[in-house]
Amino acid sequence: MNEIEFLSWVRGPGFQIATVIFVAGIIIRLGETLLLGRKANLAEAKGSEMSSGLRTVAARMLPPDRETFKRSTFTIVAGYIFHIGLFVTIFLYAPHILLIKDVIGFGWPALPSQIVDAFTVVSLIALLAILLHRLTDKVLRHLSGPEDYIVWFVTIAPLLTGYLAFHRLGGSPVMMLAIHILSVELLMVLFPFTKLMHTFTLFLARWYNGAISGYRGVES
Amino acid sequence: MTKDLSRQDRTLGEALRGQGISRRSFLKFCAATASMMALPPAMIPTIAQALEKAKKPSVIWLSFQECTGCTESLTRAQAATIENLIFDAISLDYHHTLQAASGHAAEAAREAAMKEHDGQYLLVVDGSIPLGNPGYSTIAGISNVDMLTDTAKGAAAIISVGSCAAFGGIANAKPDPTGAVAVSAIIKDKPIINVPGCPPIPGVLTGVLTHFLTFGAIPELDHLGRPVAFFGQSIHDRCYRRPFYDRGLFAETFDDEGARQGWCLFKLGCKGPSTYNACATMKWNGGVSFPIEAGHPCIGCSEPHFWDGGGFYKALSMPTGNVSENAVYAAAGAAVGAVAVSALNRAKKKKATEAHEEVTVDDLTK
Repeated sequence: MNEIEFLSWVRGPGFQIATVIFVAGIIIRLGETLLLGRKANLAEAKGSEMSSGLRTVAARMLPPDRETFKRSTFTIVAGYIFHIGLFVTIFLYAPHILLIKDVIGFGWPALPSQIVDAFTVVSLIALLAILLHRLTDKVLRHLSGPEDYIVWFVTIAPLLTGYLAFHRLGGSPVMMLAIHILSVELLMVLFPFTKLMHTFTLFLARWYNGAISGYRGVES
Repeated sequence: MTKDLSRQDRTLGEALRGQGISRRSFLKFCAATASMMALPPAMIPTIAQALEKAKKPSVIWLSFQECTGCTESLTRAQAATIENLIFDAISLDYHHTLQAASGHAAEAAREAAMKEHDGQYLLVVDGSIPLGNPGYSTIAGISNVDMLTDTAKGAAAIISVGSCAAFGGIANAKPDPTGAVAVSAIIKDKPIINVPGCPPIPGVLTGVLTHFLTFGAIPELDHLGRPVAFFGQSIHDRCYRRPFYDRGLFAETFDDEGARQGWCLFKLGCKGPSTYNACATMKWNGGVSFPIEAGHPCIGCSEPHFWDGGGFYKALSMPTGNVSENAVYAAAGAAVGAVAVSALNRAKKKKATEAHEEVTVDDLTK
């Protein structure tokens, strides 16, 4: 198979397979969690579950209190940097918006490509620093398993290969573009089976934390 | 004693002088060709010498499943009439469109040339070869595949002109009704130079021929058998609209403000980033323009299977198939699956409660 055939495959059947696994996997995982239901709480509700839940989802998007921030400064700062970077590079870059528009039917304005480029570089640095931190911190190293490293790899691979493809670095540009698309498909395929599901489950978790507090009439 | 200047015996130099080409024009052509092939100026005298002495090589041009666009492109070589004269000076012994003879006389001319210049003639092929049923394309009752294998036997080298001969081309596109294949799929024992493009740029072919005449060898080829001198760089890397791509300024439609300003055509489906050809540098019609400059995205015509790349107006970042349909089916199926899985989980939980046993998340299906 030559380069062009490989590129056509990742743009064609490869993407179809990855999308099916991605969509089906997420719906099954979320579905089986939600449909399990909760035990009936026989105590009287002292406040609203829903409003406290939603408030908590919003509140925990922002940096935490001073003490927590001081204790985990690196994790919080680096985490914010690469998450925002991922958001910008995936959803505010013109060629990606075209892809999304093709799948869901609508798009939105893009940021200038050089700005996206800058975000990419900063995110790559943040992710490398995070890996270093995970390897050097005693506790983290003890807790980390294969899944953690695999997930780190499938997160940084699209960023790195996308950067290389845009700048026409790393050998054949056609091959680099094909590898970039393949790395995204790998991410999509592993998504429902790893901790990457936090993308969706975090909303459930934060809502639940807020809800149980709100039910009892306390602040979450 | 006057030299017999009948066409068959003249060297290239004699032929050109006979046509009234001045030495100066001839050297200018050699200089232009040297620069096109990225050779140093010191090579110009070598090229001039070699071309001067070159005996008009016999060239047999076989046309198979083609649209004749490649011949049309070549005959539009208007840069310098010297290119046309090069062809005059090359003994083009067989060519469907350009030859005067037809029928048995034409086939006889081909067979005579093959016999007389056995092992030395250049075989040029345009059009794909149908293998699904050899009867799909025949010349004088001879199938393409038979004529190709027969004629290739005594050829010094083969030039596959156009994307059809080089890669299969339009006939090879889905659903490939004739089983069309490239020359390289059939001939395995002769040097083959692929000169793809739909059609190829005329100057590219004359450059390849000049290289062959000068050095008696085929030029450096890339992994797809294309001369690196002309196909070594992508359109994207030489495109004059590249600064707009780098800044993210794209034309959204064919006649919007961006299009009028000459912005990047990525969103309109330009395949420049994945296409290797000389269009952005040599350009067309004697250097006048090329598709992107004229406002149309590159269709990637010098790459294999460009017809099946998802569509000329689908951007490179878009999937080639219809993904949303499959995504909806996947979602529907998954919803059913999730309900089934949770039904099982609930049943398990209920049974445990009745038996006064505890059930944890680990006991339930993951």
